[in-house]
Amino acid sequence: MILKQLSVFLENKPGTLSAPCRALADAGVNIQTFALADTQKFGILRLVVHEWEKARRVLLEGGWTVKVTDVVAIEVSDTPGGLASLFEVFERASINVEYMYPFTAKQEGKGLMLFRFDDPDAAVKALQANKVSVVGTVELFKRLGN
Amino acid sequence: MSKNYQPGPFHPASAMDYLPLSQLRDLQFQRLRAMVQRAYDRVGLFRQRMDARSLKPAHLETLDDIAKLPFTVKTDLRDTYPFGLFASPLAEIVRFHASTGTTGKPIVVAYTQEDLNDWAQVMLRSFAACGVHRGDIVHNAYGYGLFTGGLGAHYGAEALGASVIPISGGNTDRQVMVLRDFGATAICCTPSYFLHLIERAAGMGVNFKDLPLRAGIFGAEPWTESMRQRIEAESGIKAYDIYGLSEIIGPGVAMECLHQAGPHIFEDMFYPEIIDPETCELLSDGSEGELVLTTLCKRAMPMIRYRTRDITSLNSEPCACGRTLRRIRRIGRRSDDMLIIRGVNVYPSQIESALLAVEGAQPHYQIVVDRQRGLDVLEVQVEVTAELFSDTVGGLEKLQAKLSRSVESVTGLRAEVRLVAPHTLQRSEGKAKRVIDKRKM
Ligand SMILES: [Zn+2]
Repeated sequence: MILKQLSVFLENKPGTLSAPCRALADAGVNIQTFALADTQKFGILRLVVHEWEKARRVLLEGGWTVKVTDVVAIEVSDTPGGLASLFEVFERASINVEYMYPFTAKQEGKGLMLFRFDDPDAAVKALQANKVSVVGTVELFKRLGN
Repeated sequence: MSKNYQPGPFHPASAMDYLPLSQLRDLQFQRLRAMVQRAYDRVGLFRQRMDARSLKPAHLETLDDIAKLPFTVKTDLRDTYPFGLFASPLAEIVRFHASTGTTGKPIVVAYTQEDLNDWAQVMLRSFAACGVHRGDIVHNAYGYGLFTGGLGAHYGAEALGASVIPISGGNTDRQVMVLRDFGATAICCTPSYFLHLIERAAGMGVNFKDLPLRAGIFGAEPWTESMRQRIEAESGIKAYDIYGLSEIIGPGVAMECLHQAGPHIFEDMFYPEIIDPETCELLSDGSEGELVLTTLCKRAMPMIRYRTRDITSLNSEPCACGRTLRRIRRIGRRSDDMLIIRGVNVYPSQIESALLAVEGAQPHYQIVVDRQRGLDVLEVQVEVTAELFSDTVGGLEKLQAKLSRSVESVTGLRAEVRLVAPHTLQRSEGKAKRVIDKRKM
């Protein structure tokens, strides 16, 4: 139920975003989804890819600093209040979200979101107890067409 | 005797390291007299300066009389560029080296065949001092070329009978592959380049602790005791400090023994003094000041009381190894390196120690000093390594604050810490460029 996400340290200056993406593209790695967190001085590029080990190697060889973090993919109903009811579950179960970002793929009125929790294992347990649909690696990449 | 001390094979050339003090002082005096005579006869600058003091070589009656001789400084080498300080005709010169320094014209140094033999001998004694001998494989990653590091270590290791890998600098991936595949047991490079090698190796799945490598002969840039601890903890090797400078001969002026208690100066070849850099007053052993060196045997380019700008002290306490050669305290700073920021004296080594005090920090940094609206601004750029990188913005901002607090607590100056991507800071010839001073004075 836990997914691997790659985080890449970037300096906030022109050209720093394209280079790692190009390196991954040249290695034939497709980026499934990404998010950029940035400040004036630096940024963190977060990526979900199918072959994360390969992508990590490509990035390390290119000289980037890379960290692998555990994230969780959750199905969210694509209707008004879908996100609100999910957050209510988080609050009831005292789950702390560090950050989140969406997947572009949608299926049968359901959207997908990625969450980074301070304690991913506990979060998954609590979510399943609350009947929230957590999407595992195999299912996720099947939906994404891999 | 320390736990790790293992007496290795004894090389006959090391016998000079153990000369009884009275004999050593006699030898130094005899050599000094002959060298000064030669310099006076053959080098205009030395003769003019001695004449100006009404001083003749024959006036040197004891070793202490060396204090009567004039100093030589780096600008003397620039002013006489390229060949003005040579004491041998060009026909006897078999090698040139040159260093660019940090600014301006290069300085040129020259060697006769005898000088090269002497140099190989002090390098041989340097290797032997840290237990490297025939049968060892020496990976020499100092740059080959005009820089003295590469060829100096090379000829010394060959004279020793070790197997030398003349890999020179650069191409880090290939260096890691060769280190692993050839099974090198000793490595020569700058300490900052070695840390870079460890990092790259980790990225390639190579752990230095699994390799037969056991000794690092590190020099050509000032480094700190905390950097030694970091290197040893991460690679499982012993890190030895070698000291030298082109103006005197190159690497091999002083080298640490197995006890790692400060480099022993090869005093039979180079005579050390410590002076107050401001007043030029001679200081006693144990006092901190600028190291002044006199070559006792150099033929092509003798140096009389050369001011090295390196700040250290002479240690005449006996060393557990039994060598009679005095030691210098590790050179962490040069009087040239001192920065005056908002009226405060700061050395790059202080900032390095402050950064290393933060868990996971590596000594890959650069200090940028600028003046904005009449005020000095100190920025410290730190490369973000895997250990330092946390996946959240908050985590990185906390790291910045922690590094900045640590620098402030050591130097007393507010510093802006900027996190930069790995391998972005300039490394020239494997030497880390630590300071960029953009202030227009
Ligand atoms: Zn010793």
